[in-house]
Amino acid sequence: MIAPTLQPVIVGAGPAGIRAAQTLVAHGVRPVVMDESARGGGQIYRRPPAHFARSAQTLYGTEAHRATALHSTLDGLYAHIDYQPNSLVWNAQGGQLDVLHGPTQTTRTVPYGQLIVASGATDRVLPVPGWTLPGVYTLGGAQVALKFQGCTIGRNVVLMGTGPLLYLVAYQYAKAGAQAGVKVAAVLDTARFADQLAALPGMLTQPSVLAKGLYYVGWLRAHGVAVHTGVRPVRVEGETRVNAVVWSDGRSEHSVPCDAVGFGYALRSETQLADLLGCRFAWAPMHRAQLPERDSAGRTSVPGVYLAGDGAGIMGADAAEWAGERAALALLADHGVKVDAARAAELESKLTKLMPFRQGLERAFPFPTDWAVNAPDALVVCRCENITAGELRACARDAGADEMNRLKALTRVGMGRCQGRMCGVAAAEILAQATGKPVELVGRLRGQAPIKPIPIHLQAQAAGAASATAEHTA
Amino acid sequence: MTTSTRVIDTDVAIVGGGIMGASAALALRRKGVSVVLLERDLCGSRSSGVNYGGVRRQGRPVSQLPLAQRAHQVWANLPALIGTDGEYQRSGHFKIGRSEADMASLEKYAEVSRDFDLGIQLISGATLRERCPWLGGRAMGGSLCPDDGQANPRLVSPAFALAARRAGAQILERTPMTSVEHDGKLFTVRSGTAVTVRAPVLINCAGAWAGALAAQFGEAVPIHSGHPAMAVTEPLPFFMHWSLGVEGGGIYCRQVARGNLVLGGGAGVALDADRARSERSAIATLAVQAVELLPQLKNAHFIRTWSGTEGYLPDRQPVLGKSHTTPGLIHGFGFAGAGFQIGPGVGEVLAELALDGRSTTPIAAFAIERFLPTTVAEVASTAAAH
Repeated sequence: MIAPTLQPVIVGAGPAGIRAAQTLVAHGVRPVVMDESARGGGQIYRRPPAHFARSAQTLYGTEAHRATALHSTLDGLYAHIDYQPNSLVWNAQGGQLDVLHGPTQTTRTVPYGQLIVASGATDRVLPVPGWTLPGVYTLGGAQVALKFQGCTIGRNVVLMGTGPLLYLVAYQYAKAGAQAGVKVAAVLDTARFADQLAALPGMLTQPSVLAKGLYYVGWLRAHGVAVHTGVRPVRVEGETRVNAVVWSDGRSEHSVPCDAVGFGYALRSETQLADLLGCRFAWAPMHRAQLPERDSAGRTSVPGVYLAGDGAGIMGADAAEWAGERAALALLADHGVKVDAARAAELESKLTKLMPFRQGLERAFPFPTDWAVNAPDALVVCRCENITAGELRACARDAGADEMNRLKALTRVGMGRCQGRMCGVAAAEILAQATGKPVELVGRLRGQAPIKPIPIHLQAQAAGAASATAEHTA
Repeated sequence: MTTSTRVIDTDVAIVGGGIMGASAALALRRKGVSVVLLERDLCGSRSSGVNYGGVRRQGRPVSQLPLAQRAHQVWANLPALIGTDGEYQRSGHFKIGRSEADMASLEKYAEVSRDFDLGIQLISGATLRERCPWLGGRAMGGSLCPDDGQANPRLVSPAFALAARRAGAQILERTPMTSVEHDGKLFTVRSGTAVTVRAPVLINCAGAWAGALAAQFGEAVPIHSGHPAMAVTEPLPFFMHWSLGVEGGGIYCRQVARGNLVLGGGAGVALDADRARSERSAIATLAVQAVELLPQLKNAHFIRTWSGTEGYLPDRQPVLGKSHTTPGLIHGFGFAGAGFQIGPGVGEVLAELALDGRSTTPIAAFAIERFLPTTVAEVASTAAAH
């Protein structure tokens, strides 16, 4: 058994976190499960508020059984875990987590013996002129609106960018539209059809997933949704809010009227917590990102800290479930608990076998490496601080900034409320382009607490409590 | 891979690219002296670039005021000198008194600093309420130094290095000093096998890491590292021109033109020899003090916290002056979290010391001898007297 002094803590109650919790519980260990959301399930299987009455089939489509299975697993665990929803881990320091409880706006410090970080992902954003207009959302945001809030981002929606989420969201919007009078005006994919063809061999390693993807595209076309590939987004137009998207097919520009845009270029891992925990990072070429290092079981460079799910590298929901279970087994084994080695090996094998498919996805929906070259100087890259591509380039040119933290210090990019979580990817691409360096050599923004903004007043409460304790003991 | 060492001969070598080293490099170039500066990371990336950004003379020990006044003149010409205003503004520095004793102490400081013409104004009671209704109830008065102010250290410190480079200094970033030797005439400073710099004059501006260099030349000083706890809020509607401090220490804060409030106070924690972070209890304490000082912060958010590594000597005064043991060695370090304002003045003084062997600004109080065994210092002063 794990020494009873300190409970393991799992951060995140998505596919990875829930399977990790289930595995620990199955071995007689009671973990703390922290989740930023009000209800567990993560992003892809996000659950609507309790009083919303929509069927799993409506919400999750072909993934309904997976979503339901995961949710019921979590529901069955409540008695065996210390479940803490609405809990944002905003800092980590000295073997303790600082946790903001949303509804009460209080913070507390939680010690941990071992930690599984399953922090998930957000959209990878590559700005386009006009992206700060009201009515422009990320693809993930568009999907959250649909799943969680039961509403759409507009009535005539353009979905743009690339990645599996592009077609999934398009399909979900088009389907929802049948009842709600919402139309998908166009799907604009920066990947070329040729990319998708070239990716087929790799994709065929997961035929059922490939079939779903093809089904979405086929369904969209069959229902009269315009799907354009090989697109270059030119700008989002509008005065007070979006009213059209202009895109180029390489020869001429086209305009699609719309009242909302969802856009994104696959996903990026939420790595700030791993960073604050001191995990060593390395460049991960397939993910085109600096990611915390981990072994095949999820162990990081920091003893007692494990990673699972999209927060450690985008691998999707199924992989997240396996990685969550695998990390939990590693945690148990590392602390002397006997685990099923065959199961551990099987999980690693499943994860390994997913790699060709994952690489196929990258070929089918390649990162638009020419994005930075085409980004005009006037393009706002950092919307918190209103920093343009031109300012970033000027900084690289005139002040010699060749590294992300120096770029941040001199220009304020990534210094606003998002702390680079949204603009960091794009800024790195611009810096790489401006310096002529490969993007892996421009570094990454250092994580700094708080991971997301925290109310000052809440801090005040915590300190008040601390000093009251001190007075009591004195 | 074969590498050949780059050998550079120069008049003055500087170790450390913070605001001290960089402004010294610039001052030397303006006198036509050749300079090579070695910075192990990026110029201004340590305490010079991550500090609070207070440009404050008020409250300094009187011994520092000549230096602060000299720096004040440099700050006045900042854009012409370094090509950027660095968000410097003479917004006023207001030191808050929260008791009769505080007010008496502020009054006393105004008195002892009178010769330096800081223009200090004591403000109390109703006048304060009228002028700044945003101040919390505990402030009963305070002392305003109207020409003190604030700047953005992230911009100013690297800009000194860039200006020095434009003026002809060789600024070698990511070039850590790995060894230094002195043959009686020349210093040989090496950065691995990549760079060797030879110079008759070596300036030690290595900040919190300056102690090792000094010790190598027989001048071990009791320097230790300090880590300020810093935090910044999201942008808020602009309401506060003054940079604020509190008599007796504690919190300090300023609002930048963009609207964010930068707050400091208390100590951070070292992650390792090079890095530090604001510590959770320090952030919590800072938050309590911030809301008490400025009640309208109650509903604001912290968006970022940070810290840095600063060098402190026991008397919280820097070491600034010629080496006691080694001709050609000049020290400028240990500014105890209060070096930003005087930095540009220190640079000029260091340049004078390098060129003339003495400075027109009184710096005797900062001599390294004050930490050396008394006997040595006595021997030296006896020798000097004869």
